[in-house]
Amino acid sequence: MEGRFRILFLTTILLGMCMLLVSSMAWSADVATSGDNDAVQQQVIQPQVERRTIDIDTIDTEDFAIAIFSGLYSAEDFGTNMVIGARVAYHVTERVFFEAAYAKTDTSETSYESLSGGAPLLSDNDRELTYYNASVGFNLLPGEAFIGKGWAFNTALYVIGGVGNTSFANDDRFTINFGAGYRFLATDWLAIHLDVRNHIFDTDLFGEKTTNNLEFTGGFSIFF
Amino acid sequence: MRAGLCALLLLLVTLVNADEDVYPEVKVADPYIELHTGPGEGYPIVHVVDRGDFVEVIKRKTDWFKVRTAKGKIGWVSRIQMEKTLTPNGEVAEFADVGFGDFSKRRWEMGLVGGAFNGAPVMTVYGAYALGANLSAEISASQVTGDFSSSDLVNFNLLSQPFSKWRYSPFFTLGIGQITTSPSVTLIQVEDSQDLIAHMGIGIKMYLTRRFIFRAEYKNYVGFTSVDDNKEFEEWKAGFAFFF
Repeated sequence: MEGRFRILFLTTILLGMCMLLVSSMAWSADVATSGDNDAVQQQVIQPQVERRTIDIDTIDTEDFAIAIFSGLYSAEDFGTNMVIGARVAYHVTERVFFEAAYAKTDTSETSYESLSGGAPLLSDNDRELTYYNASVGFNLLPGEAFIGKGWAFNTALYVIGGVGNTSFANDDRFTINFGAGYRFLATDWLAIHLDVRNHIFDTDLFGEKTTNNLEFTGGFSIFF
Repeated sequence: MRAGLCALLLLLVTLVNADEDVYPEVKVADPYIELHTGPGEGYPIVHVVDRGDFVEVIKRKTDWFKVRTAKGKIGWVSRIQMEKTLTPNGEVAEFADVGFGDFSKRRWEMGLVGGAFNGAPVMTVYGAYALGANLSAEISASQVTGDFSSSDLVNFNLLSQPFSKWRYSPFFTLGIGQITTSPSVTLIQVEDSQDLIAHMGIGIKMYLTRRFIFRAEYKNYVGFTSVDDNKEFEEWKAGFAFFF
């Protein structure tokens, strides 16, 4: 009994499918012939070449880049500590770019403080060092780097320099920075950076003197 | 976990699909164009595309365009060569760049200038909005980092540029603001002082390239201090700005 029902059910489905197939074929044939007729008629009236009109202004430009970086900042007399910061860059030509940066680092105790064991020279709040700057960079040695046989990446060795401000020990100081960096473009829009900078500013914490503060950082930037 | 993976996969698929976007196509009109491996004149040329062939323009970096040929070869072409291509309609493809013509039509301007404020280093960031062809309103924030004290200035000023169409365009400016001075910590603790200031200035803007201008100015400030006599400050500054 059950077997007979199954056969009946299957036959119905099969029949239904056949009918659907036949009718759809007939319909598509109909559409095709009428389409052909239309095309022929249109061809007679006006020959038209299909053209894609796309606005050239829609081309994606990737001249801006935002970056985050981290590394070591050696504050003169105040130890070497981790620095973290962000940069925005605008690439004007294939050679020249402008960059604005902001970064933050903690400084540690001076040797005098740790040896004497006396009262600290600065409060914890004043020990934080922040800087911002605006710089001009120059892609000195653009090139390509190869990994194995099938991979090539665009790279650039650049020199950079600029001016800015350093806030440290509750004091703001005009700061000159200069250095060099290496940019490795993993893709068109993602770059890996290695940077070495010297930040020079005057301080009068221990009598007026000029300090050189070296910074080594690595980071990545996204072009948009 | 699985839902997250699915979402990630979906995202990847959409990203990949986004890559298959329809890009603008241009037709090579010069005898040939050269495809470099990177966006720079030094990168080696790996392909050439002959006159009459189409290339798809994928993206742009500074003055270089990343294109894809009909055969799927990808490379970077300079703007000079791209300017000699045609759109599918047969018109000259215009890769119009921001140029000197836009300088006099600019609406917004932002810049960073540095110099000396009464002998101490000063850095200023400013934004300007053009009210008309010759008049603009500016707001600026400055930081003066002196040996004994540092000051923050906020200024609002009107700037008149009588010859706005000149490449070297002089300007006059008049404004008011506030100066907040805080002495260096190593000296005795003194309260920050806040005073009203007014200034007038003269300067020049010079169009450089693309969106960039060079700006140099001299300003004379009068500070209406809480003590009886007014203070005068002199400021010299120069820097770069861009407009849009």
